[in-house]
Amino acid sequence: MTSAVLRESAADPATPSVRAALQDPPWVRATLIALALGFVSLFLLLPLLAVFAQAFSGGLATYFAAITDPIALQAIRLTLIVAAISVPLNAVFGVSAAWAIARFDFRGKNLLITLIDLPFAVSPVISGLIFVLLFGAQGLLGPWLIEHGIKIIFAVPGILLATTFITFPFVARELIPLMQEQGSEEEEAAISLGASGWQMFRRVTLPNIRLGLLYGIVLLNARAMGEFGAVSVVSGHIRGKTNTIPLHVEILYNEYQSSAAFAVASLLALLALVTLVAKRVLEWQIRREKQS
Amino acid sequence: MASPRNGVLPGFGLTLGFSILYLSLLVLIPLSALFYRTASLSLADFVAEVASPRALAAYQLSFGASLAAALTNAGFGLVLAWVLVRYRFPGRELVDAFVDLPFALPTAVAGITLTTLLAKNGWLGRILEPLGIHAAYTPLGVTLALTFIGLPFVVRSVQPVLEDLESEAEEAAASLGASRWQTFRRVLFPALWPALVTGAALAFARSLGEYGSVVFISGNMPLHTEIVPLLIVTKLEQYDYAGATAIATVMLVSSFVLLLAINALQAIGRKRLAGAGGAP
Repeated sequence: MTSAVLRESAADPATPSVRAALQDPPWVRATLIALALGFVSLFLLLPLLAVFAQAFSGGLATYFAAITDPIALQAIRLTLIVAAISVPLNAVFGVSAAWAIARFDFRGKNLLITLIDLPFAVSPVISGLIFVLLFGAQGLLGPWLIEHGIKIIFAVPGILLATTFITFPFVARELIPLMQEQGSEEEEAAISLGASGWQMFRRVTLPNIRLGLLYGIVLLNARAMGEFGAVSVVSGHIRGKTNTIPLHVEILYNEYQSSAAFAVASLLALLALVTLVAKRVLEWQIRREKQS
Repeated sequence: MASPRNGVLPGFGLTLGFSILYLSLLVLIPLSALFYRTASLSLADFVAEVASPRALAAYQLSFGASLAAALTNAGFGLVLAWVLVRYRFPGRELVDAFVDLPFALPTAVAGITLTTLLAKNGWLGRILEPLGIHAAYTPLGVTLALTFIGLPFVVRSVQPVLEDLESEAEEAAASLGASRWQTFRRVLFPALWPALVTGAALAFARSLGEYGSVVFISGNMPLHTEIVPLLIVTKLEQYDYAGATAIATVMLVSSFVLLLAINALQAIGRKRLAGAGGAP
């Protein structure tokens, strides 16, 4: 009500008094900027600086010894392997789900979208727990697995499952709104011009969604490499076997090897920084592409 | 099943079939294992587990600290979003990019770093401890860790709404002689609150389940500084599957209820935004 009345009688905003009233007084500006920057410095900048300060607190030699330790290298290797498997799996799923949801109407579509988001609502600890309940020694399939000599919990497959579960929605939730916004005209044109489904996907769909897809993959990868809670529950913490980088950091920290823990943690902090930069660059490119 | 409009496009059956299969195998079947396991408990056992004094203390800490952190983030997040959208100052872009750090930084790294900062001899602990403020290994520390984790949610949910707001109503209010504060309260806030509450609710939901960043700073004392996810892990490590499952079910149901509430809030937000162009 009020705003409709207000709009009818709206004056020219260019008049100086109105422009002045639209701008916050200088002291308000200064206070709000100071509050915002103070909050960001205290909660974000300081912790980030602390990671690197602690990492190098024992000197360069200690730093490099910590990150080239064979057990640390094993943890790095396992983290890379896990990401190399769960990232493509969830990316393929994301593209596939986005195609079905953004290009077709069917019953239960909204339910499907909600279900895809489900893993984000589940605590990491519970994400690990459900796989223990299924595949653990006391789990539903436990006796059968033991009989056949298959190890999932406290082994690499469990870490893979938990990581893939945790990172499940990332690509799909980026691509669904993007593809809905883009519409299907170009794809329909390709098909009516005689392109096969695969040709249409490679020549039209993939180029159109590549930035959004990459954006989802960047976020997915960061989470896959950094996941702690879910992996911690299923890993069993076997040194040099089932330890990922975050788990290795935890072990070092709990053994009071603080500078070694932070040295290894600094690798993850670097990954976070690279992720933030890549995210920004992609956001910038996506905006530019939308404008052109 | 597919609509005739999109009859030309191929791949509906394949992509939908694959998506549902993958979703079922990786998410739905494993999640239902939790409920299956819970259903095999007797009601008395279930109640004894989920209402034990230790569990009640853990819910209180988890819900209390998550709420405190979400409220802190609602306040500072609104200020941060406002400053980033409305003001121009050097380093604005950098601060904007930096807001996502808690999404990108692995939780275990956040956990050990905040603990080190707030411990007695840490950069912040050294200042706080003489003042009688004990942050490390206390509920305050848990709240601070959850504030870190939840920081991006409010900013990222308010920011786009603030950017899309049309300046007309604001200009009109100003030209009718409304003060800046009146304009904020009567014109801006009604448009912003759904996004603000959604952001705070998302932060709250994330905080409830958070483990990595909290487990180092909390001290993990049963009845005092033990959060629910840690209680689940502890029970699991003691092979108390029934206890872990029962408490996890309570948490999972809470999360689902929150998820539904957030979806409803987002629907309200979309309606408001769409309505902002026409009659309110």
